[in-house]
Amino acid sequence: MKARVQVMLKDGVLDPQGEAVRHALGTLGFDGVEDVRQGKVIEIALSETDADAARARVTEMCERLLANTVIEKYEVELL
Amino acid sequence: MKAAVITFPGSNCDRDLAVAFEAQGARVVRVWHKETELPAGLDVVGLPGGFSFGDYLRCGAIAARAPIAQAVAAFAGRGGHVLGICNGFQVLIEAGLLPGALMRNAGIKFVCRNIGLRVETAQSAFTAQWGAGADITLPVAHHDGNYTADADLVARLRGEDRVALRYRDNPNGSTDDIAAILSANRRVLGMMPHPERAISPAQGGTDGAALFRSLMDAFVPA
Repeated sequence: MKARVQVMLKDGVLDPQGEAVRHALGTLGFDGVEDVRQGKVIEIALSETDADAARARVTEMCERLLANTVIEKYEVELL
Repeated sequence: MKAAVITFPGSNCDRDLAVAFEAQGARVVRVWHKETELPAGLDVVGLPGGFSFGDYLRCGAIAARAPIAQAVAAFAGRGGHVLGICNGFQVLIEAGLLPGALMRNAGIKFVCRNIGLRVETAQSAFTAQWGAGADITLPVAHHDGNYTADADLVARLRGEDRVALRYRDNPNGSTDDIAAILSANRRVLGMMPHPERAISPAQGGTDGAALFRSLMDAFVPA
């Protein structure tokens, strides 16, 4: 079973990298870009075959390593 | 005083930190990140600046889960003194030994220059010799030094006198101009500026030496 984890900065946390990308898009002539947020996607291959167990396992991985929950939020998707 | 300096893959201020301890007469043991135990009889553990494990995922995140990090956490849990500088500060936060988060600098740029700081408390083995209210100058060199804390945490840090250093001219967007914080028991210090890079006139400054003198005083009875 595969899991895909998306880690993003929480709403309201300033994202300097997203701001830099937004500026660069403006420089390239892309008008109307109001906001850019940059995050991470992490794909994990698991030997687990039970969906609930896999989700619980990956959620624990997020809490303990993959996300810094002080500033980041995450979503777990099973593929 | 007996100090350990941890080396992670990518640490580049570990030797400087060892030299800074030794310059004050400390015995220094260098410890590799794959070790699972610290040497016996330590007074202080230093986590150096530089990088660690490519700073993949987040700065300090992988180092904080390295085998030696558990030994450092246990040492801190027993009341040991731990000094984390720059990447070492990031490791301490990722390891949960200090609260908050260190994010990308608000101005996006890597900041590398001497910077003015105000010492906010003398109530620690690290800051006693500087004295509260002292104006000092230390180098900073970081990309992710933007200390981020919510209002509750800032209030707690202020109320418990745990802000050790503040920037006089905030270079990275840090909340409340915070450059260094102490743990609740005041024995773990995390700081973005580099005291080990300011211990001799040849380095362009000497304001960092007082931190290491303070530690010597704390662990060698006068």
